[in-house]
Amino acid sequence: MNVNLKVKRFDPADSTGGSWWQEYNIDIHQDSTVLDALIHVREYEDTSLALRCACRASICGSCGMKVNGSAKLVCKTRIVGVSPNGEQITVEPMGNQPVIKDLVVSLDTFFNQVKRVEPYMQPDFIPDSGEYIASNESMENLLTAMNCIMCGCCVSDCTVLEVDDNFIGPAALAKAWRFVDDPRDSKKKDRLKDLNYEDGGIWDCTRCMQCVEVCPKGVNPMERIMELRDQAIEIGFTNTNGARHAEAVYGDVGHSGWLDELRLPIKTFGMFNFKELIKLIPIGIKSQLVGKRPPIFHKSIPGVENIRKIFERYKN
Amino acid sequence: MFEHDILIVGAGLAGLRAAVEGVKNGMNVAVVSKVHPVRSHSNAAQGGINAPLTDRGDDWEGHAYDTIKGSDFLADQDAVEVMSKEAGDAVIELERMGVIFTRGEDGKLGTRAFGGQKVARTFFVGAITGSALLHVLYEQSLKLGLNVYEEWFVTKLIIEDGVCRGVIAYDMKNGELHTIKAKAVIMASGGNGRVFEPSTQALICTGDGIALAYKAGVPLMDMEMIQYHPTTLARTGILLSEAARGEGAYLLNSNGERFMKKYAPDYMELASRDVVSRSEQTEIDEGRGINGNVHLDLRHLGRDFIEKRLGYLQEVSLEFLGIDMAENPVPVRPGMHYIMGGIKTDINGLTEIPGLYAAGECANVSVHGANRLGANSLLDTVVFGRRSAEHALEYVKSVRPNSKSEDDLKLEKKRLQAILDRPKGENIAKVREDMAVNMTKGIGVWRDQESIEGALENLKNTKQRLPNISVEDKGKFFNTNLIFALELEFMVDNAEAIIHGAITRKESRGAHYRTDMPDRDDENWLKHTLVYYDINNENNVRVETSPVTITKWEPVKRVY
Repeated sequence: MNVNLKVKRFDPADSTGGSWWQEYNIDIHQDSTVLDALIHVREYEDTSLALRCACRASICGSCGMKVNGSAKLVCKTRIVGVSPNGEQITVEPMGNQPVIKDLVVSLDTFFNQVKRVEPYMQPDFIPDSGEYIASNESMENLLTAMNCIMCGCCVSDCTVLEVDDNFIGPAALAKAWRFVDDPRDSKKKDRLKDLNYEDGGIWDCTRCMQCVEVCPKGVNPMERIMELRDQAIEIGFTNTNGARHAEAVYGDVGHSGWLDELRLPIKTFGMFNFKELIKLIPIGIKSQLVGKRPPIFHKSIPGVENIRKIFERYKN
Repeated sequence: MFEHDILIVGAGLAGLRAAVEGVKNGMNVAVVSKVHPVRSHSNAAQGGINAPLTDRGDDWEGHAYDTIKGSDFLADQDAVEVMSKEAGDAVIELERMGVIFTRGEDGKLGTRAFGGQKVARTFFVGAITGSALLHVLYEQSLKLGLNVYEEWFVTKLIIEDGVCRGVIAYDMKNGELHTIKAKAVIMASGGNGRVFEPSTQALICTGDGIALAYKAGVPLMDMEMIQYHPTTLARTGILLSEAARGEGAYLLNSNGERFMKKYAPDYMELASRDVVSRSEQTEIDEGRGINGNVHLDLRHLGRDFIEKRLGYLQEVSLEFLGIDMAENPVPVRPGMHYIMGGIKTDINGLTEIPGLYAAGECANVSVHGANRLGANSLLDTVVFGRRSAEHALEYVKSVRPNSKSEDDLKLEKKRLQAILDRPKGENIAKVREDMAVNMTKGIGVWRDQESIEGALENLKNTKQRLPNISVEDKGKFFNTNLIFALELEFMVDNAEAIIHGAITRKESRGAHYRTDMPDRDDENWLKHTLVYYDINNENNVRVETSPVTITKWEPVKRVY
């Protein structure tokens, strides 16, 4: 089978400092993966092409790259899946992480995020003998997060990290969840407190679903972040913009059936939080100019009683 | 120059377990690894880790005997005793570190059955046990602030006055070569699957540490003992865990028969791996295969069960074959998986060179003998990783400080530059593939004098081509082309030792099955083969033998 690859190259020794696209046409077995194709290039076409790979079986997490614009483990990405009719396949290094050479990115970004969540079990006692006793359900519950192989795909395509490199990030937060939900760990409250109040913590996720979309192992980092939010609120850590925002959205929709966007920022940031509220003035003016002004008097939508019924049912 | 008390080469389970032990005891420890720790090949162990837990009514003698029988009586029984006795504590320790082992109803660790054992004593995390263990040990290394030289490639061991004093290592990120001095070095660099094609092993498993120790003068023991795993995918060689059969999967031939009843009526699909692989190959060779495969059938286990307990296997089958295990049988065949042989060590991981230790797949203690039981490799890594560090801790206290000599660094710089300066010549991948395909042909599930000699002949050819391989990438940053050239040299050393082990052992035992000498010969060959690098001999190889340690189990006929 003929495969046309377009690979983004980068050589730090290149005095012009830029990156460039390079095309390769190769002939390869029809069941091949994108990794097989890249290895073929590296072995026989262009030995200077740099990429990481090891297990070939989607368990080591080495080969995260962008294929046709979104992050994938290339070892489990079959060519027929991304190029069903022989279309050109573009391959780039992962995003949100500095490139070392070609398709190889620095691992520091990813692992520094992981280190921020104290990623190790911290029990408060050691059993006199044998193992900790824990239900199988509680352990199986953690398996989703334990499936994380730290490939970095979620970090690559995270839309928050694109604009805020202080965000702890999806993989590290999923890792944090794994300890918060582990019955053997004794630091649940401290962990939630840190994740809740820390700059770059759980409330910085915008729920764009990219991490869920690209995760090759079904970890669903965003779901884990939402669970952390729920647990933080449940435990009483509500003094955050995020928690207030969630509370305000819940209140608005439960009462009138839709968002009161004029008062939402005040409820979120607090009436006297002038610093944050002033920041919203330009957005307010822009909205005015394009005719997106929310109404001053917030009225309920027709059929609101049905929505209230749903809320009642949910509460019960 | 960098300096440490203990330097560990390799960041898989053996390496990290050793490192944790060293740091916990206040030593200046560092790990050097050509990949980030969580990329190590320990990840790929799927099925579980064996341990005879006494509070489950199991006993160490039972596990020890199954291991020794599995080894076809080639394992050193004192070493097996150590492993079996320490297994329980090792598994409990991993659980306490945070491994989320599957549990039973009572909230205690649950087990599954595994090959070559009648007692279900394999502890597991779904079908990702190795990955789960590796990530937890990595967590521990972060907790302890372990120093890791990530993506540094070791090119040479520093041996001064017959004592190991550190390594020369190449920083792949910027192309700089450095001396890392250490009072003790623990080799934990894993296997050499890339010497064969295909293999279940990762592309990084190139036997680097085995070759480094060999070239330093340490004997490699029982290198002919290559494990062919019964259930690997055709073409790619990707592994499907023994856990499938442990949980009840069948092996079927083209007539839909559970053919293992002919070969191992008592253990059926859960006989030792060498036995199952040979049975499969017999079926295939005698025309009862399915396009060169047999079928692994899980359908009767049900979708729920498969997805819960064997989720990763289902993922592999779906992704790489497009087969839903709950609906259809999966074609599998024997594939190169593991080397029982390796750097000869004593029960504390110490090699014949003071200051040099080895643990995990690169080492041969020997607990696996002629055939390793499934789920004993993870056990081997944590038990002997820890023991190596424990012994090294004491050793380094009495060692005089390191010299400041940088002589080895200068020599290595010259050697690497010479490789880079070569004119355009042979393609590295081509040379490796020719060698690896011929290794599989010569040292396969079956072998005989002719096939082994064929492999030797081919290796001579590879060795002639080796000085002509060229590195076209002259850059300093992430020059994998240069790394592959260095790895290929290591692989050739590995192949040499494997072939000489195979040609020496004139019998069939465990994985070393010679069709021209099909019987086990305890009278002459209840012994280990030792291959030395020796420049005074033909091919630079010298082969010796040493006796097997028998404590309480006299060899008997091995029947499953």
